[in-house]
Amino acid sequence: MGKVLDFVRDKELLPIAEKVFEGERLSFEDGVKLFRSSDIHTIGFLANLVCERKSGKFVYFNVNLHVTPTNICVGTCKFCAFRKKKGEDGAYQLTVEEILEKISSYKEKNPGITEVHIVGGLHPDWGLEEYLSIVEAVREAFPDIHIKAYTAEEIRYIADKSGLSVEEVLKRLIDAGLGSLPGGGGEIFAEDVRKRLCPDKITGDEYLEVHKTAHRLGLKSNATMLFGHVESYEDRVDHLLRLRKAQDETGGFQTFIPLAFHPLNTQVENAGYTTGFDEIKTVAVSRLILDNFLHVKAYWVMLGEKIAQLALQFGADDIDGTVVEEDITQAAGGRAGQYISKKRLIRLIKEAGKVPVERDTLYNVIKVYWEEE
Amino acid sequence: MFDFRLVEDRDLIPIAEKVLEGERLSFEDGVKLFRGSDILTIGKLADIVNRRLNGNFVYFTVNRHINLTNICVGTCKFCAFRKRKGEEGAYQLTVDEVLEKVRNSGSIREVHIVSGLHPDWELDDYLEFIRAIREEFPDVKIQAFTAEEIDYFSRKESIPLEDVIREVAASGVDALPGGGAEIFSEEVRQRLCPEKLSSERYLLIHRIAHSYGIRSNASILYGHIESYEDRVDHLLRLRELQDETGGFMAFISFAYQPKNTQLGGSYTTGFDDLKMLAVSRLFLDNFRHVRAFWITLGEKLAQTSLHFGVDDLDGTVVEETITRSAGAESSSYMPKSRLVKLIKESGRIPVERDTLYNVVEVIDG
Repeated sequence: MGKVLDFVRDKELLPIAEKVFEGERLSFEDGVKLFRSSDIHTIGFLANLVCERKSGKFVYFNVNLHVTPTNICVGTCKFCAFRKKKGEDGAYQLTVEEILEKISSYKEKNPGITEVHIVGGLHPDWGLEEYLSIVEAVREAFPDIHIKAYTAEEIRYIADKSGLSVEEVLKRLIDAGLGSLPGGGGEIFAEDVRKRLCPDKITGDEYLEVHKTAHRLGLKSNATMLFGHVESYEDRVDHLLRLRKAQDETGGFQTFIPLAFHPLNTQVENAGYTTGFDEIKTVAVSRLILDNFLHVKAYWVMLGEKIAQLALQFGADDIDGTVVEEDITQAAGGRAGQYISKKRLIRLIKEAGKVPVERDTLYNVIKVYWEEE
Repeated sequence: MFDFRLVEDRDLIPIAEKVLEGERLSFEDGVKLFRGSDILTIGKLADIVNRRLNGNFVYFTVNRHINLTNICVGTCKFCAFRKRKGEEGAYQLTVDEVLEKVRNSGSIREVHIVSGLHPDWELDDYLEFIRAIREEFPDVKIQAFTAEEIDYFSRKESIPLEDVIREVAASGVDALPGGGAEIFSEEVRQRLCPEKLSSERYLLIHRIAHSYGIRSNASILYGHIESYEDRVDHLLRLRELQDETGGFMAFISFAYQPKNTQLGGSYTTGFDDLKMLAVSRLFLDNFRHVRAFWITLGEKLAQTSLHFGVDDLDGTVVEETITRSAGAESSSYMPKSRLVKLIKESGRIPVERDTLYNVVEVIDG
């Protein structure tokens, strides 16, 4: 072991490297040390090791479509550049027919689509029926497409508006055709930062409670963290540890997705774009701390294609999907574009020395791309 | 220092041994490195070599690019910048306009000038710009004229290369940029830019400049139709010349940008970019500096490359039009404060330099 550890430039990381080799769980202090270190090679080696223990050489992607039914939102999150008030210039709300039309026109070009990802604003006039009707209509028109819809924040909003419990709302949505929950709304759990960032949003505990309830009802979900705004490294590790604890309880999380903060048109002051170095490190440290998550995703829409590809050697085993029409990041100055072809995704993964695997939402394998296509 | 058990690609072990012993890499080693996808091993090795040469320092400069004209008689198929005379979008700056641009650039240390091959301009027309800048801004270093431009001046007026280079230096140029190298492999070059100066002539021009004490940079354009063998061949020829003259300062790799070009194709990927930089660092053992040009790489990848063999982030640039015509997506200005932040955050010490790598300021703490 001594010789292996000679490789580590930042000697502070030695005890952490030993733990990782032995498969031991990392502590809060370990997480902070990793974030503070600039020895990206060591962190990357360790994260890649852990990633390959779980997923081998496989890197997953899917063919999906994002649909955002409305940008009208009663929320007040300061990091958001997407929401509009009702009647404000640029505000929109799609009808159910328009949503179906979007899906069918995408499906024509991408017959292999397996997932629709639906998240949107908290519309003041919408309640359980409206949110349900979207899921029902999509389920009926496209019985083979998995519906991943509504963040914990939306679920909680629907529950509050309808006077039902979160559990009851989830049951109704499941009956209507909901397949899983996306991870959005995690932001950062630390209470003081969350208060400054999004005082009216559900708390971290409430977010976790919605997910745990969903898991108990048999739904899988993803988890996220929004980083690079006003949080500290300690806040990031705290966030990861709370997710790890919830996952110990239910095992219902599939994938962790770190989301890089985008500063344009937001109310967060003095924040710039995250840097490539910070992004790679956050992916890697997440992989190391979240030992009970099977997947960590490099979401290319937020990271950019190049860093997302690099992240595949720094602990990520998923590069998300072909996407199309992602409006939320774009509103805050997203620079990665909104569409990436399947061919390009496969090339990115292969060049990273990994094996591309097309999956559905629940990580059922659709196709392994062993050979040149 | 390095443990071979962590090398995932076992083919790289003999290369790792050579690198650690400070032995020179062979053509075959270079090709193997490019073919491998074990970016962490390649990057770690390049990082070790870079730290031997440059410690924790990462260089940058506060500079301004000026492209005097986009009117060009050239025919390079990878170019989206050139216009024909009279074509829409064609421009040529006047001396006053150029001086005004420099005046508006704040406290820059360098003006970087490369331009089209204008059908009506002769050596003296180009040098007029240099003399004017030199006179008004005696302290600003001028890096100007690629080997292709030097060759054009020489051919157009039948002036020997030696005389052109002497005149260029006398007018106030401090160093030559690296542009125009593209890819040396004759067969690919023929398909890419059949009318451009030959590889031999590119190397000759730099050799002559070095013999007069004029330093220069070297470059490669990668990610189009070349093979890994072509890349290594390119690096090898540069390494040979550097053995002879020692006049190269930095090696710069330009990622091919496909938009609006005759050649078309796709953008390079982040992996390929990092591999290009890391392998260059490993292969060019007699070059002190390997530079990441953030305009073509993007800011994020350029920062990451500081752990993959790169010790120079180029400069603030301000107004770069050549790669942007071909679809480079970065904006063309990076404030000094952002460069400093990127370098510090990657755990390195930012050093502001001038064109000739004289240290202006070590930004420590």
